[in-house]
Amino acid sequence: MLAYLLRRVLYAIPILIGVNLLTFVLFFVVNSPDDMARMHIGVKRATPEAIERWKVERGYDKPMFVNAEAAGSARFTDTIFFDKSLRMFALEFGRADDGRDIGQEIRDRMGPSLAIALPTFVLSLIVSISFALLLVFFRATYLDFWGVVLCVAMMSISSLFYIIGGQWLVSKLWALVPISGYAPGLDAARFLLLPVLISVVAGIGSSARWYRTIFLEEISKDYVRTARAKGLSELAVLFRHVLRNALIPILTGVVVVIPLLFMGSLLVESFFAIPGLGSYTIDAINAQDFAVVRAMVFIGSVLYIIGLILTDISYTLVDPRVRLE
Amino acid sequence: MSAPMSFQPVLLWTDALLFLLVGIGLLAALHVRGQAPLREAWRKVGKRPTGMAAATVLGAFLVIGVLDSLHYRPLLPPVEAVEPTGEASPAASGAADGAQARSGAAANAAPGATYSTEVLSVLDALLSPLRAQTEKTYSAPFAWTLYQRETMELADGRQVRDYPRLAHGAAHLEAPAEALAGDVGARVLRAAGQAALWWAGAFLLLATLVWRGSGLGWGEVAWAMLSGHTVLAWRAALLTLAVLLLIASACIELAPYYHVLGTDKVGQDVLYLALKSVRTALVLGTITTLVMMPFAVALGIAAGYLGGWVDDAVQYVYTVLNAIPGVLLIAAAVLMMQVVIDTHPQWFDTAAERSDARLLALCFILGITSWTGLARLLRGETLKLRELEYVQAARAFGVRTPAILRRHILPNVMHIVMIALVMDFSGLVLAEAVLSYVGIGVDPTTISFGTMINMARAELAREPMVWWSLAAAFVFMFVLVLAANLFADVVRDAFDPRRG
Repeated sequence: MLAYLLRRVLYAIPILIGVNLLTFVLFFVVNSPDDMARMHIGVKRATPEAIERWKVERGYDKPMFVNAEAAGSARFTDTIFFDKSLRMFALEFGRADDGRDIGQEIRDRMGPSLAIALPTFVLSLIVSISFALLLVFFRATYLDFWGVVLCVAMMSISSLFYIIGGQWLVSKLWALVPISGYAPGLDAARFLLLPVLISVVAGIGSSARWYRTIFLEEISKDYVRTARAKGLSELAVLFRHVLRNALIPILTGVVVVIPLLFMGSLLVESFFAIPGLGSYTIDAINAQDFAVVRAMVFIGSVLYIIGLILTDISYTLVDPRVRLE
Repeated sequence: MSAPMSFQPVLLWTDALLFLLVGIGLLAALHVRGQAPLREAWRKVGKRPTGMAAATVLGAFLVIGVLDSLHYRPLLPPVEAVEPTGEASPAASGAADGAQARSGAAANAAPGATYSTEVLSVLDALLSPLRAQTEKTYSAPFAWTLYQRETMELADGRQVRDYPRLAHGAAHLEAPAEALAGDVGARVLRAAGQAALWWAGAFLLLATLVWRGSGLGWGEVAWAMLSGHTVLAWRAALLTLAVLLLIASACIELAPYYHVLGTDKVGQDVLYLALKSVRTALVLGTITTLVMMPFAVALGIAAGYLGGWVDDAVQYVYTVLNAIPGVLLIAAAVLMMQVVIDTHPQWFDTAAERSDARLLALCFILGITSWTGLARLLRGETLKLRELEYVQAARAFGVRTPAILRRHILPNVMHIVMIALVMDFSGLVLAEAVLSYVGIGVDPTTISFGTMINMARAELAREPMVWWSLAAAFVFMFVLVLAANLFADVVRDAFDPRRG
């Protein structure tokens, strides 16, 4: 198993290099730093001096790959490619446009992001699986039919409307919780209640329907008939047999997103003004802060790869037949 | 041609692709007619009432979208001195396929004429009362006054603060407070009568089409359709059509006199905005899949069938693309695209062409980030297919690899492509709204559900609440996505061999 994990980690390296090259091409080759400077400063005010200053401030004035003027190893290290791209492997992200250290900012904002993403993740898993099990228990009845109709209807509503509607109903009309904001410590609960609730409700439709299909596939298998034939109650069949076996396909989709929880949710965080990584990303996109977007892309792909490895490990935990070799 | 045409057709890139898609759809329909198994699968779709109803709704949206894709530039009156526009636009000259060449020809037909830089569509022309009748700012649905008080001067010179009458909404009524309900009622009744007439016409046509070749009496067929005893679920389609016609004719009757869905912040009619958003949603939902499909099919099948280093390379590429969180990859690509568009203003003749370029770029970007899922499915299916006897027999007979892929593999994975096409549509429509909210979606000047929501989201906090823009975007999007979801479900049930 250890050898397998080691191989997976090694396999991650070429993927990260690929991500890195892709972002580098997107940010520096498709558009030259001059183009970016012109857009950032504004086409009308972009004098050659202003562009030069903008580039020097951000370190974009260096040569792309090879620095012919420098000597020794600095030939390759004193370049944009090394500075902006390769340094990321050491988790050095440089500075954002407002001068703050991106690495520090990310560490600070991880907490609020997790505070909202973790409860959302756990709650929506519980709620969706329970709802799906309920539908499966009443399968082929009107309850099942209308439950699925409800799921499809809920899937068809944009998440924007869940957020806008939820804020309006709970915060403005009923005035139960503040509309937006964040406070550190235990006080945060007041602010986190509504975003978590809305995210859970918004996700029920698609996930409950998906889990229901998985359960239904499982329930038509022979071992379930055997379990019923030996006299188990339907509830025992559902919880002791179907749920446990259906966990394998569910895990495939679910475990991979766990590390990405660190990234937070773009929409929820920006609507509720929660100072997490999601709103950081949105602000960076809106301010066209390329350094931050680049850093987030890199972190996101690292977390995704961790998620893939975790998925493999979780298989061995829930399914003794799977051995990692 | 001596006299200049009164308009100059404009073919935007997304128009061309949308028409191409409609053309492919028609060709595919012809192909299906000749293939018994495919015909049978589609018959299964038609048997389900949900399928027929959803298809009718989608058809209505498609009609709006296609009407909104026939673009032109109106001729300006000759007295006005306007800078001459360039030669045939790059968009028009780029689409050189025969059927669409009329665009380039028309541009050169009248060298002396000047055309407006504003690109309109046939839908704009049909909705010209809605487009032209703008108010100053917000007004509620069916309102006759503005949303805000204003200082007005009376005839005798005194100043009062009151709600001013609208320039167009209910302007034909002397005393709207009393007469409004009666007027609206009368118009809705008239609209209902017209809708009934339209519906009866459509029913007669449809019943005759179904009756031909059935060998039964016309009355029998018509009665069977109405009572739901036909093989295909015609009754569901007819009921949906009745509802759609009723809504449409009510809007046609009322819209020239009232703002049926109110007006937005700058006084534009919300109904007009909502109808214009349909095209953006359709373009994004369909063209994205269209542009990603060749990649996904070619790479997925090649990886699955050839194996070896091809498989490794394709898997590497899609793992890399998957590893980047979707929104961030889209954000990075859109930001870069925006820089390219902004630094090359000379590429675009009109603002419409520029925002169209951004829409097309967004389709490509979404396509590049979303082909991986389909490619993975196709690779898995091809892995299974290549071990089947008929493929092995073909290989043993010495059939070349490209021929095997084309004749034996491709037709047998097409159902996966079909299912992906309809399943992705609703997701893409929803994604557009979110991306536009984040600021990495369509151009801010493009009317879309995302830009509508984005502009309306702060309005709920106003006092009194401005709810109509959001409500309109919500209802239109909900109906479109719900119909797409239901249709996708029915199609998947019919085509997926695992779901008998």
